[in-house]
Amino acid sequence: MLLAERLRHAFGAVRALDDVSFTVQSGQTLAVFGPNGAGKTTLLRVLAGLIHPHGGTARIAGGRRAVGWIGHQPQLYGTLTVRENLRFWGSLYDLRPPALAARIDALLARLDLGEHADRPVRALSRGLVQRVAIARALIHDPRVLLLDEPFTGLDRTAAETFRRLLAQQAAQGRAAVLVTHNVEEGTELATDVAFMRAGRFVHLAPRAGRDAGAIADAYRAAIGGADRGADA
Amino acid sequence: MKLVRTGRWITLIALALLAGVFVRALAFTPVERVQGPAQKIFYLHVPSAWCAMLAMALVGIAGILYLFLKDPRFDRFGEASAEVGTVFAMVMLTTGPLWGKPVWGTWWTWDARLTLTLFLFLLFLGYLVLRGAVTDPGLRARYSAVLGICGLVLLPFIHLSVYMFRTLHPQPIVLKPSAPSLPGPMLTTLLFSFAVFTLLYVGFVVQRYALGMLREQAETAGGGAHA
Amino acid sequence: MPDWWRHGWIVARKDLLVEFRSRTAIVSAIVFTVLVLVVFNFGRDPTAVAAIDLAPSILWVTFTFAAMLALNRAFQLELENQALDGLLLAPVGRSSIYLGKLLANLLFVGIVEAVGLPLFALFFNVPILPVILPLVAVIALATIGFVAVGTLFSAMTTRTRFAELLLPTLVLPFMIPPLMWAALTTGALLAGRPLSEVGGWLRMLAAFDIVFVTLAFLLFPATVNE
Repeated sequence: MLLAERLRHAFGAVRALDDVSFTVQSGQTLAVFGPNGAGKTTLLRVLAGLIHPHGGTARIAGGRRAVGWIGHQPQLYGTLTVRENLRFWGSLYDLRPPALAARIDALLARLDLGEHADRPVRALSRGLVQRVAIARALIHDPRVLLLDEPFTGLDRTAAETFRRLLAQQAAQGRAAVLVTHNVEEGTELATDVAFMRAGRFVHLAPRAGRDAGAIADAYRAAIGGADRGADA
Repeated sequence: MKLVRTGRWITLIALALLAGVFVRALAFTPVERVQGPAQKIFYLHVPSAWCAMLAMALVGIAGILYLFLKDPRFDRFGEASAEVGTVFAMVMLTTGPLWGKPVWGTWWTWDARLTLTLFLFLLFLGYLVLRGAVTDPGLRARYSAVLGICGLVLLPFIHLSVYMFRTLHPQPIVLKPSAPSLPGPMLTTLLFSFAVFTLLYVGFVVQRYALGMLREQAETAGGGAHA
Repeated sequence: MPDWWRHGWIVARKDLLVEFRSRTAIVSAIVFTVLVLVVFNFGRDPTAVAAIDLAPSILWVTFTFAAMLALNRAFQLELENQALDGLLLAPVGRSSIYLGKLLANLLFVGIVEAVGLPLFALFFNVPILPVILPLVAVIALATIGFVAVGTLFSAMTTRTRFAELLLPTLVLPFMIPPLMWAALTTGALLAGRPLSEVGGWLRMLAAFDIVFVTLAFLLFPATVNE
């Protein structure tokens, strides 16, 4: 569903991507862990087609229409209500009014946002905004999810809801790439794990039942001292 | 570096020839009957206007090439051409009033061509300011290319406007539909000056381009040492 | 309706809705227009200069400044929460995004002009009614030209430092030709000259519009694609 082949990209003299290759199949979730500045966000932006890489190819079955993006910025308009935001983004994906309204209601119910539907996004708490951002990303039922530190700002229960939602998505055969610097947050969802450092994948393997502690140990071994302060 | 030296040589030759232009314009070209000696400034004013226009046009063409080929050399060239063009536009804008005062009786007049050349100068400044405001090299190159192309397209509108208005400014002398209307010796001096100014432009641009390249290399080396 | 137009309209409608919610930009642009007109009125000596002589330039200076306020706003609101990334990710053409921004800006500036024009006629006692149709045509033609260029440039400047200052610096050289033709045409119209006299300028305005609107559509992708 998703293919990255020998991706290379640089910002000036800084190498953000250096020969990165992988594939993600239907139902798989690849978690990419790495310190800040390792090139994780660049990787996602290249996959999404927001950045044209200097070398290599990134392909997603179904193209842009198939991609759902959840980043640390919610991509919502603060002065518009939750429903207006969802309606706008949905109509950009060619959802027509009756189907669109039904889809919005379903998402609002699933993410427990019903009572906030007609409040402007600006008036919502950080956790609620992130939930709206999730609804926004799922509005067109994307087959591939690209997640950039999606747990930022979510409280424990919201994070749990979100995790369940992602697990459902994977069960339905969706593919996902999740990047984060926090090993604890991402491990549970991942079927595959990669460690990234200075634009390179220094580790790429199936999770194979390893728990967060085992992944964290492997991460420390692979990234080493270079990661000190990454969580700061 | 070789390119810097080449540029320096071209510039030196052009400057020597420029002295030749001065001598020829002052001593070996007849004085114009109506305008008197003030007309001599033409041999500086018109060629610098030409170079400024040429510089803007090449900035635009470099922009088109950059957007298609994504080769940073075109961006570097655009930067060089714009900076050099700014200098020529400045010469154009200062020699204009110097000539206007004795001939028109006023330093400045809001005639269409004057106004629009002033805005050509501002266009250069805008281009350079934009470059200064963007730090990411890729973004800067794309933005500069877009602005440069728009500038190139604006040029014909500037040129056309000359024919649209009753204006104090003399009509273009060389680049116009009918044959050039200038007495032989004056035309020779003017064309000679055109050639010298164009050479000067080339010399400046080559040097500026080479400097831009050296700066990038220095930055890359510096960045590499930090990483 | 072709898809690119429909997508463009969706974007424009969203922009207008955002604007309608806060109303800060449109209200400040209108207040600003009124203020500029008032300042001009006090700045001139009514015994020495007839209003009709100054009227075209006052009108166009006012509209220029008001347009600057609108143009800065267009992409600024997309930077909030990185909504621009969302637009670029959506399966809509880049040209639809530009179209949406252009339409919203045109409407915005159009509203300000619709308020400014009668006020201008009132304050300066200029009879605009007899020439209202050609006058509106000139205003529309000139507005399309500089809003097209301004919308393109604002896509670049909003992501730089000093965006509010940089945009006018870049746009003004491009505004001068259409502004000059528009001011001359306005002057001729207000002085009761026949329409045939301003035909050349109108054609120039139209040519400028066609060239720069086309160019902006072609170049816009380069400002957002990385």
